[in-house]
Amino acid sequence: MRLELRDITKRFPGVLANDKISIAADRGKVLAMLGENGAGKTTLMNILSGLYRPDSGQIFIDGEELVFADPVDAIRAGVGMVHQHFMLVPVFDVVESVALGAETVTDRIGTFDRAAARKRIVELSEQYKLDVDPDARIESLPVGVRQRVEIIKALYRHSDILVLDEPSAVLTPYETEELFTIIRSLAAGGTTVIFITHKLNEVLEVADDIVVLRRGRVAGKADPKTATRQELANLMVGRDVELIVPKGPAKPADVVLHMEGVFVRDDRLEMAVNGLDLDVRAGEIVAIAGVQGNGQTELVEAITGLRNADSGTITIAGHHTEKASPRQVSDLGVAHIPEDRGRDGLINPMTIAENYILDSYHKPPYSKNGIFDLKAVRERAAQGVKDFDIRTPSIDTYAGQLSGGNQQKVVVAREFSVPVKLVVAAQPTRGLDVGSIEYIHRRLVEQRDAGAAILIVSTELDEVLAVGDRIAVMFDGRIVGILEGDDATYENLGLLMGGASFGGGVAA
Amino acid sequence: MKRVTSFARRLAVPTLSVITALIVGAIAIVLTDFDAYSKLGTDPVGAIAGAVGGVGKAYGSMLAGAFGDPTRIVTALQTGNPKDVASAIRPITETLVAATPYIFTGLAIAISFRAGMFNIGGDGQIRLGALAATMAAIFLAGKVASPIILLAALAAAIVAGGFWGFIPGFLKARTGAHEVITTIMLNSIASLVLFFALRSPELRAAGSSSPVSKNLQPIVDVPNIIALPTLRLDYGFVVALIMAGLVSLLLFRTTKGFELRASGFSLTAARYAGISAGGSMMLAMALSGGLAGLAGGFMVIGTVGQLSLDISGGIGFNAIALALLAGLRPSGVVAAALLFGALTQGGKLMGVQSGIPFELLIFIMALVIMFVAAPGLIRSIWRIKVAKPAAEIATVSPTGASEAGTL
Repeated sequence: MRLELRDITKRFPGVLANDKISIAADRGKVLAMLGENGAGKTTLMNILSGLYRPDSGQIFIDGEELVFADPVDAIRAGVGMVHQHFMLVPVFDVVESVALGAETVTDRIGTFDRAAARKRIVELSEQYKLDVDPDARIESLPVGVRQRVEIIKALYRHSDILVLDEPSAVLTPYETEELFTIIRSLAAGGTTVIFITHKLNEVLEVADDIVVLRRGRVAGKADPKTATRQELANLMVGRDVELIVPKGPAKPADVVLHMEGVFVRDDRLEMAVNGLDLDVRAGEIVAIAGVQGNGQTELVEAITGLRNADSGTITIAGHHTEKASPRQVSDLGVAHIPEDRGRDGLINPMTIAENYILDSYHKPPYSKNGIFDLKAVRERAAQGVKDFDIRTPSIDTYAGQLSGGNQQKVVVAREFSVPVKLVVAAQPTRGLDVGSIEYIHRRLVEQRDAGAAILIVSTELDEVLAVGDRIAVMFDGRIVGILEGDDATYENLGLLMGGASFGGGVAA
Repeated sequence: MKRVTSFARRLAVPTLSVITALIVGAIAIVLTDFDAYSKLGTDPVGAIAGAVGGVGKAYGSMLAGAFGDPTRIVTALQTGNPKDVASAIRPITETLVAATPYIFTGLAIAISFRAGMFNIGGDGQIRLGALAATMAAIFLAGKVASPIILLAALAAAIVAGGFWGFIPGFLKARTGAHEVITTIMLNSIASLVLFFALRSPELRAAGSSSPVSKNLQPIVDVPNIIALPTLRLDYGFVVALIMAGLVSLLLFRTTKGFELRASGFSLTAARYAGISAGGSMMLAMALSGGLAGLAGGFMVIGTVGQLSLDISGGIGFNAIALALLAGLRPSGVVAAALLFGALTQGGKLMGVQSGIPFELLIFIMALVIMFVAAPGLIRSIWRIKVAKPAAEIATVSPTGASEAGTL
């Protein structure tokens, strides 16, 4: 066995991050580690790469027990790590970035032997079909290529155990396919690849073995040849999950959100939304699909009052809101689940209780005449934590300490803590694991059935297809087609998203 | 229990910063003991013993200077002779006198930093507050009853300091002008305004060649807490403590305080929540300036008794370090102000009794501030372990405060 971790245990204050985890991987194999956020995957890999010391347990490489005092030891033993957030210097070129810290020199004063480094990088790039220009500056490279530079960096240090931490999180679907090709060629060359993810499709596609972690323990192992997505999802979450939340047919009623000829400029003052028309009715979920950067962000900001519409009509429940402030929009009964929860939706150094009241702190029951009723705040926040199953030690925990899924639940709990007429949810499940996605989708359907109008903006086709009663495709600042949920497929949505005009769609 | 440990953890770094500074200060005292150097050749043991003894004497006199001699206080209280009592408790009252403007200004800085505004203009706001109080006192002298002059002078101090703070707040909110630049410039303007004002015969002390105002004590004087001769401690200290309580309530119990803290942490999230960040900036800066102005006001009509050019004495700048030492918490500000007051006061006696220059004391205070500003250094010196996840989360706000307040 090339690599074996035996009974690894790691405790942090208040959490048992790894509880007697054992995994093993052979030379030339791809081991997928599947688990929800907070299952202990990253902790385990940080132990393997020498960043953390385990409280107990052993690491064997080629049958020999090793103790890593620091990452240098791990690199020497052949373990290379590609982090979720890349560790590259933007102004360096590829050769410099790769060689940094492992430079070979030509003379005694330490002149960097660039030619030698370049030669090896070109060799590695060709051998594994990484297709990286050694002289390109890092900042000029797309994310997918930067990731390949990270892989070269590991190979350059003679790593033959390569750990990829959530490698697809930052990639487009096409780049992900490319990455899988590279992983296969690395494995064929004898490298052991450990692939950390929470995406079910990916493990089935690329792994030789699957280990599922749940709450710091090995929940089970699976064979990708026989396992199904549903089985893996259940294993990961520890109960039966619905990959597609069941919902009855929509009962559309009155128009709540009406948009006609809406133009919105982006930060560079260029037109991002170009005469968009769309209605969302009470009791239906309208999903806007589209490739990122086609004006969705600006559209959502215009609806929620964060940005003024340039021209056109936006009404919410009959009120004109083209120039309304975020508070005026919110007072009309609009819940906004923002695209970037870390930037807009939450204040990380504030507590859950404080975040829970972030946009209604000024209203009863939370405050009266500008003075907080702390008892009411704490009671409501505790209730929200309970109702939305937010996993936290207490309501006094800082929002930044929660996992992504729990953070999003805080946002959703807050937004649904008051009666809503319209829900605007932008990328509501971005970065979340299956369990949390199911949960958020359920809550959205619940709101729909309670009579709210729901507008979801998402770049994930799975999500759009799973929850949309009607699916509007946005391209270049316009709605280029609207499909009934039942008629929509990956294929016809994909065509529209690419800008093709589509005969079958109902013009908006 | 959890509350106790988290409280202890919060205190650990500031306390150890002070201890580390005193240790490094002791080394400096030893190294600057030139008598010991000259003896080093003939009597090395005596020289070292003398130097170490010098440290003991220095810190001993610092303690006595800051808090008084306990046995003397007890005997004085037993005899009941007012003169003896006064001179026995004078050191500790002087510590509180020195702490008072630090409390006001520390609170001022804490409020502005909480709102994400780097108010470097405390000094100017103190000066303007002091000037306004002086002018109110002199112009109202003899026209209205003394208690009314007192209130008017303090009100003038708040308004003038508040206005001086509001200007950079307004400029930032409306034009984006950076408050660090505007507050520093307003400091310069404030000292020139003071200089100009002190040239006028109405304000300047009769026959004085230096730019100081008339003695205000005959016109108005904040009543003393203890009515004994030579003691200066007045109700300004009590007002400072009340202000600490009020600021704490404002920050953590009111919606205005919530808006202020939210915009301090995240402008984008504040906007999302419908909070006017510009409004919060202006409010925070006006309150900040008002509190700093009050520090100046209480000095000129209370403990100092007249206006001079250097009335602020760098308090506005030291208060920045003080507020950070306090973790931007009002209770911490009071504690840190008492520490600064004790160091300032104790240092005076240390200088007199042990011949150690006052500059060395300033050096020690600077060390305290430096170590507070470098918590990582203190943690590594004293090997305080920080839980890994907590360290990852310890989101340092743009204000530099690593401790967030909670509802």
